[in-house]
Amino acid sequence: MTTTTRGFSGRRRARPEGNRVPPGQFVTDDFPVLSAGPTPRTPLEKWTLALQDGGSLAGRWTWEEFQSLPQTEITVDIHCVTKWSKLGTKWKGVTIDHLIEAAGLDEPPEPYLMAYCDGGYTTNLPVEDLIGGKGMVATHYDGEPLEPEHGGPARLLVPHLYFWKSAKWVRRLRFMEHDEPGFWESLGYHIYGDPWREQRYDGD
Amino acid sequence: MTATEAALRPPAGAGGRRLAWRPAEVVERMAETRRATTLVLDVPGWPGHLAGQHVDVRLTAEDGYQAQRSYSIASPPKAPRLALTVERLEGGEVSPWLAGEARPGDRFELRGPIGGYFTWSVAMSRPLMLVAGGSGVVPLMAMLRHRAASGDAGRAVHARLLYSARAVADIIYHQELQRLSVEPGGPEINLTLTRERPPDGWQGFDRRIDAPTLAAAGVAPEMDPDVYVCGPTPMVEAVANALVGLGYEPARIRTERFGPTGEG
Repeated sequence: MTTTTRGFSGRRRARPEGNRVPPGQFVTDDFPVLSAGPTPRTPLEKWTLALQDGGSLAGRWTWEEFQSLPQTEITVDIHCVTKWSKLGTKWKGVTIDHLIEAAGLDEPPEPYLMAYCDGGYTTNLPVEDLIGGKGMVATHYDGEPLEPEHGGPARLLVPHLYFWKSAKWVRRLRFMEHDEPGFWESLGYHIYGDPWREQRYDGD
Repeated sequence: MTATEAALRPPAGAGGRRLAWRPAEVVERMAETRRATTLVLDVPGWPGHLAGQHVDVRLTAEDGYQAQRSYSIASPPKAPRLALTVERLEGGEVSPWLAGEARPGDRFELRGPIGGYFTWSVAMSRPLMLVAGGSGVVPLMAMLRHRAASGDAGRAVHARLLYSARAVADIIYHQELQRLSVEPGGPEINLTLTRERPPDGWQGFDRRIDAPTLAAAGVAPEMDPDVYVCGPTPMVEAVANALVGLGYEPARIRTERFGPTGEG
């Protein structure tokens, strides 16, 4: 049952990008910021990225080492659970495929992954949503180093899921045997977060 | 997660049940400022909420076109009616209808409550420090109303609000804030104006909220307060950075930021 609202017509909807915008979203040209707390600022000389398999360290890169890994550029649409979508965003970073390869692993050791970030944020993802070019650790946005407010120096980028899965200030990726909820996922948000199925909240 | 925080988890959505869209009917409309309006709503079956949470609002045009946006809840947890305070954003799609068009008897849909982190309850008991910019005061007002409705338990929580508005006429809940501040055990309210020269006799500040303003009007970091900051992104960034610089524990600072301008 849908309630029609008297006097509401809405914005003109014949947008050429219409089929690129998931249900319930609107397109913005801004780049809004959403964070649960203060923006952490880790100096590059102290920054490392770790890849963890169970209790053991599978890989660890300093900022300099990370820059020497194969770099990939992609242009993608992003969708935030707070309803904005931003089309054609340009990113550069290291794909999860390349990270796994650089760690000397033939294949991902477990089916799930938890991302850990400066500031204490976490988010969970199925590994199959990260490999095959679907996910990266991004360090550049629109040709420039990623700004701290947007997750710099490095954030996860998984554009086909709601943007809270693209964790800012990422520092450690831990493979897990079983799926576990991260920060927002344990606070009422959807465990998976597919914008095309409008999986915003638990139970959607 | 501490036991208290676990207890503050949102009641809805937690059991894997979908947050249902519910019909909401406007019962009362109150102009707060030139651009902000409070809508008091009748929402049958509303499951209750925590101070600081928000709802998703969905408007449906006659041809079936729909638009969704999120709005903070202004009413405290046990209020008989749900209240939203909406600021009209120029060029916005949903806020002009809510803040301008909606009249008693009008109906739309909402679902919630949403957001299990930017929430506060008197049970948290640490001193409470609130920092608001513009209509970012709305979820913080739900916290102050919850505190005021909690009797001795509320009065036992030391509370301060620092609220930045462009001009006196843009201060949402101005009279209610003044009334709360003079009640026995009421919160300390500090206002600051950023775009207008303060009128004669102005007791507040007249600058953007910066480190000196926070040092003067905040709860001292040594008192280990729970800090909530809500407002436009640049303001929240500046305040949160200044708070960390002043020695506040980053994990105790909770932020909520507005989306882009003109998109509400």
